[in-house]
Amino acid sequence: MKPNEESVMKYMMFVCTDTEPDTDTADYPDIDVWVAERDAAGQRLQGMALAPETAATTVRVRDGELLVSDGPFTETKEIIVGFDLLECADLDEAIEVARAHPMARSGRLEIRPVADFEQ
Amino acid sequence: MTAPEGRHPADAAVAEAAAEAYARIVAALIRITGDWTLAEDCAQEALAQALSRWPESGVPGNPGGWLMTVARNRALDQIRRASVERRKLRELALLALTAATDGPVAEEDVVDDRLRLIFTCCHPALAMEARVALTLRTICAVPTRDVARAFLVSESAMTRRLTRAKTKIADARIPYRVPSGAALAERLPGVLAVLYLLFTTGYDADGEPAFAAEAIRLARLLAGLMPGEGEPRALLALFLLQHSRRDARRDADGELVPLDRQDRTRWDRAAIAEANGLLRDLRHTGPYVLQARIAACHAAGDADWRTVARLYDRLAALQPNPVVELNRAVAHGYAHGPRAGLAVLAGARAGGALDGYPLALAAEADLTARAGDRARAAGLFREAAARTHSEAERRALLERAAEESRRTEATS
Repeated sequence: MKPNEESVMKYMMFVCTDTEPDTDTADYPDIDVWVAERDAAGQRLQGMALAPETAATTVRVRDGELLVSDGPFTETKEIIVGFDLLECADLDEAIEVARAHPMARSGRLEIRPVADFEQ
Repeated sequence: MTAPEGRHPADAAVAEAAAEAYARIVAALIRITGDWTLAEDCAQEALAQALSRWPESGVPGNPGGWLMTVARNRALDQIRRASVERRKLRELALLALTAATDGPVAEEDVVDDRLRLIFTCCHPALAMEARVALTLRTICAVPTRDVARAFLVSESAMTRRLTRAKTKIADARIPYRVPSGAALAERLPGVLAVLYLLFTTGYDADGEPAFAAEAIRLARLLAGLMPGEGEPRALLALFLLQHSRRDARRDADGELVPLDRQDRTRWDRAAIAEANGLLRDLRHTGPYVLQARIAACHAAGDADWRTVARLYDRLAALQPNPVVELNRAVAHGYAHGPRAGLAVLAGARAGGALDGYPLALAAEADLTARAGDRARAAGLFREAAARTHSEAERRALLERAAEESRRTEATS
C-alpha cells in the first residue's frame, strides 16, 4: 500500500534474548532514554518487560479438556523478555526505532505489523 | 528503422521499446497505485497490445510513451472498476501528460521511480533469493518460468515466492523510497550485492550467462541514476570485464578454460574499453572499485602482478575474508615470488576458514611447486582433486599432480 502522508502503522516489537550478543565494547544505549525519546516522538504506544520464563504457564484446550503446563510453549534459547507496541510510518522507521534499543545489541528484536482486518 | 526482409519491423520495435520502457512503466504505476500485481499486469498488457497492433498501424513515434499511455489506461480501467480512491485516479490522469510530453521535469520524476523500485525490490527485510527474483521479474520483466529455472525450483514455487515477497512489502509496509544520507550508504551495498548475485546466478545455474546481460543493464541504469556514487559505476565496470571473456571461458567441449590459457582474441574488446573508461577518473575507493581495477589488470593481458597484489592488500583491509586473502596470496606469489605467496597463505589459513577448500589447496600446491618442492606439490594437487566437486577441475588438478610427479622423477 502506498502510505498517504498521515497514515501510520502499528508494529509489535518482541524483545528477545540471543545466544550471540554483540561483542562491540561501546556503551549500550540507556533503555530509559530510549523509552522517553520514543514516547515523546509518538513512536511507542506502550511496552512492558516480562517476568522470567520460569514464571510462564502454557494453556491449551484439546477435545474440551484443559491442558495447563509449566514454561513457555516452545523449547528455545531465545526468550521473549518484553514487548513494545510501536506506531511508525513504515518499516524503515520501525527498524530505526529498533536499532536504537539496547536489546538490539544484547539480544534481538522481532518487528511484526499488527494485522489490519479492516483492509 | 530498417528491418531484415521477411521480418516485421514492429517486432524489433516492441522488443526495443520494452527494454527501454518496461521498468519505467512498472515503477510509475507502483508508485501511484501501490499495487505491484496491477502494475505488472498493465505493463504486460501494453506490450501484448503493441505486438498485435503495431504490425498494422505502424510503430508510433514515441513507442515508450505509447506503452505508458496504454498501461496507464488499463490501470485506470481496473481501478475505476474497483471504484476507489480519487487521488490515484488523478495521479494516473497526470501520468498520461508526462508520457506524452517527455518534458525534463517529468523525466526526473520517472527516473526517481525506477530507482525507488530497485531499492524496494532489494530491501533487506526480504529474503535474499526473493530480492533477486523480484528484481528479475519486476524490473527486467524476465518470465517467472525463467527465474524459476535459474533457482532450480518449479514455476509454481517461484510464483508463490514472488507473491509472498509482494505481500510482505504491502503488509509490513516496506517503503517505496530511496533512502537518503547515512541510510543510503548503509543500503547501497545490499542493492549492489543483489545485482552481483543476479550476475552470477546465470553463470552458476547452467554455466551460461543467462542473466549477465540483465545485470549489466541494471548496473548501467543504477550507475546512470546515481552519478555521485563510485560503487555502482565500478560494479558496471566489473560486470563488463567479467562478461568480456564469456566466449573464451569455455572450450569446444564446454569445459572451463583458466584465464591464462584463454584465447584473448575472443575477449570482447569494446566491453573492456568501456570498463576502462568507467574506471579511468573514478576517485572513490570501495570494494567494487578495487575488484574492478583488479579485473582491469587481468583484462590488459599480461597482468602487472605488483599492482594486483597492492590492490588485493587494500581490498583485504577493507573487506577481510578468506577468499580475498587466498587471492591475495596468489597475487603475492606472482608479484614477489612463491615464498611470499606461501607466507600470505599461511596467515590466511591461521583462522581455519580455508581448511579443505579445494581452491586453497590448489593455490598452495602451485606455490609449493614453483618454490621447488615438487613431490609435496604433487600430493597437494591430489588432495585438492579429491575435494573438488567439479569433474573438469578434478581432471585438470590430477594432470598437474602427474606432471609434478614426472618432474620429481626426472630430477632425482
